[in-house]
Amino acid sequence: MPQCDTLPTPVFEAPWHAQAFALAVHLNESGLFTWPEWVTQFSAALQEAGLARELNGGDDYFEIWLATIEAMMTAEGHVTATEVEHVKQGWERAYLATPHGQPVHLQEGV
Amino acid sequence: MPHDIDDPHSQPHSHLPSDPVLRVRALETILTRKGLIDPAALDEIIDTYENHIGPQNGARVVARAWAEPEFRAALLTDADTVLAELDLNGRQGEHVVVVENTPARHNMVVCTLCSCYPWPLLGIPPGWYKSDAYRARAVREPRKVLAEFGVTLPAEVAVRVWDSTAEVRYLVLPMRPAGTEGWSLEALERLVSRDSMIGTGLALQPDDAAARGAQR
Repeated sequence: MPQCDTLPTPVFEAPWHAQAFALAVHLNESGLFTWPEWVTQFSAALQEAGLARELNGGDDYFEIWLATIEAMMTAEGHVTATEVEHVKQGWERAYLATPHGQPVHLQEGV
Repeated sequence: MPHDIDDPHSQPHSHLPSDPVLRVRALETILTRKGLIDPAALDEIIDTYENHIGPQNGARVVARAWAEPEFRAALLTDADTVLAELDLNGRQGEHVVVVENTPARHNMVVCTLCSCYPWPLLGIPPGWYKSDAYRARAVREPRKVLAEFGVTLPAEVAVRVWDSTAEVRYLVLPMRPAGTEGWSLEALERLVSRDSMIGTGLALQPDDAAARGAQR
């Protein structure tokens, strides 16, 4: 049974927070990095960002979470920044070209 | 991009997802293509934390520790063994230390590095636990932070702050409220809030619980 003080609050504030969270957990469990390695990288990134502005633990926290995954995957050679940008732009075009309410699909070749 | 604004069906997505949404999507696409991740496993992880794991798990452990002295002693001595027996030692809960509140000492948990937290017992941490404000101030001025959570402790009660890491996570065993002698485990569980197990709250008093129950 959920507790009273957690009842009104969703576990993740936005669906992409959940996606980013799950991605790190899954990559860890697939052996791409250990959790202590993750904590070292992520906490360093948090600290760096926190020096410039106060983090509220919401979007800004998960943006750094996501940037840490990108940095670790890039450092290990699993992805390149160019590749991520290319596919990201592909998704952007797919969203823009898809009428509202229809499923969005990445174009072939992206 | 030209489109006919009179026909809603010809309109492009009015809400182009934000930059991080597109980046997560791009990463997932690439890592899936390379066989490094399985989208079904991602969905399973999200479903687990959204629907199955949360502070109710920790509350069950606390209620039992209140009701069964032997269980309480074992939990305080070697939480890992006890939690493994209950199948509550999953990811991010491999090494847990349970710290007990007493009339002389109140415990409070933070992760000054990032947001280490006993997921199998409490689920995903709330936003404030991850904020700079809490992470920085919990250690520096715990009483002030507690007061902001509505917890004011007598001066003679010491406050001990525990800093979680990737290796060790803490769970606070709050004090059992007076007037709950003989209560069932289920009734006791309802007094155990998430915040009381982080130490930024106290267990509910029987009257509070009754009032909250009546509101539902």
